[in-house]
Amino acid sequence: MLSRTAENLFWLARYVERAEYLARTIDATLRVTALPAAYIGKTNEWDSALLTAGVGAAFYEHYEEANERNVVEYLSFSDANSSSIKNCIEAARLNSRSVRTALTSEMWDTINSSWIELQAVWTKGGTGNREELAKFLRFVQETSLRFDGSAYRTMLRNDAYWFSRLGVHLERADNTARILDVKYHVLLPEEEHVGGPLDYYQWTSILRSVSALTAYHWVYRETLKPWLIADLLILNDTLPRSLASCYSNLVRNLDQIGVAYGRQGAAQRHARGIRNRLEHSHMDDIFQHGVHEFIQEFLADNSRLGEIVTKQYLV
Amino acid sequence: MAVAFDEMNGLGGDLRSAYQELSRWLKETPPDALEYRRQEAELLFRRIGITFAVYGDSEAQERLIPFDVIPRIISAKEWTLLEKGLKQRVLALNMFLKDIYHGRDILRANIIPEDLIFQNPVFRPEMNGQDVPHDIYVHIAGIDIIRTDPDNFIVLEDNARTPSGVSYMLENREIMMRLFPDLFARHRVAPVERYPDELLSALRSVAPHSAAAEPTVALMTPGIYNSAYYEHSFLADKLGIELVEGRDLIVKNDEVFMRTTEGLKRVDVIYRRVDDDFLDPLTFRPDSALGVPGLMSAYAAGNVTLANAVGTGIADDKAIYSYMPDIVKFYLSEEPILKNVQTFRCREPQDLSYVLDNLADLVVKEVHGSGGYGMLIGPAATKATIEAFRDKLKREPEGFIAQPTLALSTCPTCTAKGLAPRHVDLRPFVLTGSTHTTIVPGGLTRVALKEGSLVVNSSQGGGTKDTWILSE
Repeated sequence: MLSRTAENLFWLARYVERAEYLARTIDATLRVTALPAAYIGKTNEWDSALLTAGVGAAFYEHYEEANERNVVEYLSFSDANSSSIKNCIEAARLNSRSVRTALTSEMWDTINSSWIELQAVWTKGGTGNREELAKFLRFVQETSLRFDGSAYRTMLRNDAYWFSRLGVHLERADNTARILDVKYHVLLPEEEHVGGPLDYYQWTSILRSVSALTAYHWVYRETLKPWLIADLLILNDTLPRSLASCYSNLVRNLDQIGVAYGRQGAAQRHARGIRNRLEHSHMDDIFQHGVHEFIQEFLADNSRLGEIVTKQYLV
Repeated sequence: MAVAFDEMNGLGGDLRSAYQELSRWLKETPPDALEYRRQEAELLFRRIGITFAVYGDSEAQERLIPFDVIPRIISAKEWTLLEKGLKQRVLALNMFLKDIYHGRDILRANIIPEDLIFQNPVFRPEMNGQDVPHDIYVHIAGIDIIRTDPDNFIVLEDNARTPSGVSYMLENREIMMRLFPDLFARHRVAPVERYPDELLSALRSVAPHSAAAEPTVALMTPGIYNSAYYEHSFLADKLGIELVEGRDLIVKNDEVFMRTTEGLKRVDVIYRRVDDDFLDPLTFRPDSALGVPGLMSAYAAGNVTLANAVGTGIADDKAIYSYMPDIVKFYLSEEPILKNVQTFRCREPQDLSYVLDNLADLVVKEVHGSGGYGMLIGPAATKATIEAFRDKLKREPEGFIAQPTLALSTCPTCTAKGLAPRHVDLRPFVLTGSTHTTIVPGGLTRVALKEGSLVVNSSQGGGTKDTWILSE
């Protein structure tokens, strides 16, 4: 397929995934900030939300204070923020138009009809009250689910599908790693754990932003323990948003591309390297090495994979 | 202006036979049901994303072409005549192009003045002596047809460059079949759905000799900001070929390749929806970012076929148009089946003085204009506009032609005040491959939605209708 088409599919999937992630982050932050101050401590959760979205510095070029109003606006509706939900949806629609021939009509319909629907929100300059905001956030998440679902159910299993899956999993891994990066200080190993009720709500917030709160209980059948949360998000292959799961998928998709094209390359090797490291890691070692350092390294490796894939296939 | 011939009710109000069933159906159908279906159709168009862009109109970057749910119907007998005339016309266009870029018999026979060719900016000297596979220049033609009476089809314009609109022929039909299944059941409407297959086989049939046994065809678009982008992606999808932009293509050793995820892949036939000027910055406009450097040298080497060929603009130029009846007679020794609109060539002093004296009754068009831009419709224009045009004409008479204001036929159309006659034209699409010429029975009917308006162009408030060709 055309390199440009593959590139568009890859980014289209990333934009949709990112929009959903932003919606989840805002959602989770709203919940945690709605708690009485005694339950969440002094950290500014809106600042954390900006950091997990990777726009901590850029935000302050436009706003003085990271409060609900400003952060919601910046992450959701701002034109100035190239990664706002609005810009993600706009970019996704633009990419979809460019690669319409590679999309199934169901996928196009999802993006296009959501885009049409959201024009009303943009025109108003955002959502008026919390209820509208909640509805909007839900709508964005549903759009991503529909898009993913229609891709899964209607696309031919060929390179077009695999490149779009690469986008999904690379973006997802990046998002999960960012949450971990911002919240690593509340994720402590068992022996150091001294957390009180303050941390408890931080933990649920983390799990909520990757929609894993229920999954946690099914996997561990335990009350929330920070080291288990770290284990779930980093190493547990059964959780779709864990780093391990993202990398199982990335390796598989890259292998499928390699087989179809009769050639493996740097992308396959690099992805396999990361996957192997995740597979052979234990939380104890990661804690010993430092969660922060581990995640920093992972983020760099992950974005390096994006560059390699681009060089190998997309230009 | 005289009362126009109505496709349904003729001149005297007698229901024409092709419309009998539709008329009966319209009487049975409550008006609000029609309105409901119209809204449903609009929603479908919007969701499918069948939009077009109007240049210079940033407010409405993507607009819908209004769709009218009342079909335009043509009987089998009428179609047979039209089809014959269209084939004749397109054959003559192709023979004319070959002659102009090779032997130039028609110039030596003094049928067309030389300067009209050689001074014409759409004449491409690069094509002199250049052979094209099977001598086909115009693989896809869109011939604009109007009617003023029940007996004649008149060509208003030949489109031999990159005619658009065929996606509407196909999508209008899809939507009509979804909305009005019972109306279809009551008619025998010839299907249009094989158009993409016919187009693909025509394109493959003109692959260069150096192509592989299974030639690779690609559709080249200027990109998503082009007004017809939807159509480009629609056709590429239906044909199952890659939709490429200039930056996806690269020329090496006079061969054209596309950049794919598996490396470079040779392209044999390019169905290009990019104008000549923008094809190759090395040959044409150096500032064009849409094109492919070296494409013309690969073309000259015969390693890639462009459809349509480069330089076809010389055949659909409005100044050449007036010579079409002579062109048909010269190459085919036949009488033209399709008539021309009487055309005054402002470059000729006699015609110019007539035009200047009768501006208020004439339609004046720029020779190189299209899309309904830069046109004067005398009867509808203000005095000031007419005077401004008079100056333009005097300054540059060779840039214009003039035609009488024709009463284009009308067809019943949904309006805010119920069904009313609105003026229509018709663009059938003629495909020419190595072995035969095909016209899928149908076309794009454009309708001027404003009462009394004669301008059917979508950029000027025109809409479209489904076009039904009835089977015997």
